[in-house]
Amino acid sequence: MTASLYEKLGGAAAVDAAVDIFYRKVLSDDHINAFFEGVDMDKQAAKQKAFLTFAFGGPHNYTGKDMRTAHAHLVQRGLNDTHFNAVAGHLKTTLEELNVPADLIAQVLAIAESTRNDVLGR
Amino acid sequence: MPHIHFEGKSHPCQDDESVLDCLTRHGVAIPSSCRSGVCQTCLMRAVEGQVPEAAQQGLKETLRTQNYFLACACKPKGDLGVARPDVMASARTQVTVLAKEILDGNIIRLRLGCPLPLDYRPGQFLHLHRADGLVRSYSIASLPQSEEPLELHVRHLAGGRMSGWINNTLQVGDTLEVSQPAGQCFYLPGQPEQGLLLIGTGSGLAPLWGIARDALAQGHTGPIHLYHGSHGPDGLYLVQELRALARRYPNFHYTPCVSGLDVPEGYATGRAEDIAFSQLPKLAGWRVFLCGHPGMVAKARKKAFLSGASMKDIYADPFVLAPDAAQSAA
Repeated sequence: MTASLYEKLGGAAAVDAAVDIFYRKVLSDDHINAFFEGVDMDKQAAKQKAFLTFAFGGPHNYTGKDMRTAHAHLVQRGLNDTHFNAVAGHLKTTLEELNVPADLIAQVLAIAESTRNDVLGR
Repeated sequence: MPHIHFEGKSHPCQDDESVLDCLTRHGVAIPSSCRSGVCQTCLMRAVEGQVPEAAQQGLKETLRTQNYFLACACKPKGDLGVARPDVMASARTQVTVLAKEILDGNIIRLRLGCPLPLDYRPGQFLHLHRADGLVRSYSIASLPQSEEPLELHVRHLAGGRMSGWINNTLQVGDTLEVSQPAGQCFYLPGQPEQGLLLIGTGSGLAPLWGIARDALAQGHTGPIHLYHGSHGPDGLYLVQELRALARRYPNFHYTPCVSGLDVPEGYATGRAEDIAFSQLPKLAGWRVFLCGHPGMVAKARKKAFLSGASMKDIYADPFVLAPDAAQSAA
């Protein structure tokens, strides 16, 4: 049996390593950080972890409907493709900083990409 | 077959079944979301029995040591007694006022005697109950391993019902009741060389005074920086004691900060969090404790994270005023 994407990336430990780096990039980006003003950081970090676990091909209970509901209020405030692209870009550079091989990064980004229409409410 | 004990009932747990699934199957509603040990929505606390290591993966160290775990990731090997995370043990302890001392900054230092040693860590908080049912939360400034009595710092607020009563009426020898201590904002040994940054405003110094002395007593060798802020110098307290502590321990650094106009010699000018982050711009690998004004805590938490501290290493305790005092303060 071949190892899953999640196993190849290093599982829960890889998510732990990535979440701080990823969330810090997102919060530091003036193009998108207004959407995170006033949110509880601990809860938000937990959501980032859930998202990374999903994108890493790990165990999840993630549905398109949840994504849609969770982001609906942000879409009303103008969330669009440029913001989605920015977050995806931060995911890519996070994985590059962690020296994840390019073919695995491509697989992670493809999973993240699969949420685009739900996140943007289309 | 292991059994899950919860709120007075015992539920048999099947092979390979999680605590969350077991309780849900028996009709107990436990909040959950990802069901894969990530989102931490289903956080619970074990009150008896052994929690498998996998059920604590990703939790803050202070949560782990208090036997918190994720119900969805917990497949128990033996019987387990569990509780909801927000239930503070209802048992109350009667305490006696041993000393009441007025410090600077409208702070009243209460020293309380307990008939039995209370199980707590400096920096945790407890509820103080007055006989008529009035309840307020206060952080613990004393160290349990020393012979010190339980110490609380009460800021006397204009219009504050509890603090006004403590200031005017409460006498040495009177009795009060306290809840079991709770909260995640405290020092844990391990990684003694790690840098510690402590920022507090007002009576937010109480937990930090406890945490700093606890770290030093447990042999912490890394730098410990404490910043205490107030609008005027009269809002700061324990200044001499903290300066003395800094003279005694070369790795302990204390900076009293005054954000108003009249800044006497020996005090830094500006808000405590601004001064702290300008002096310590890189916090990767540091542990950070933030206590006091909720606005300061929220701002400093974000800044500490963006300065490199890991989310898991940031401990925050915002002090939210009760409505009576908040109204008068507004």
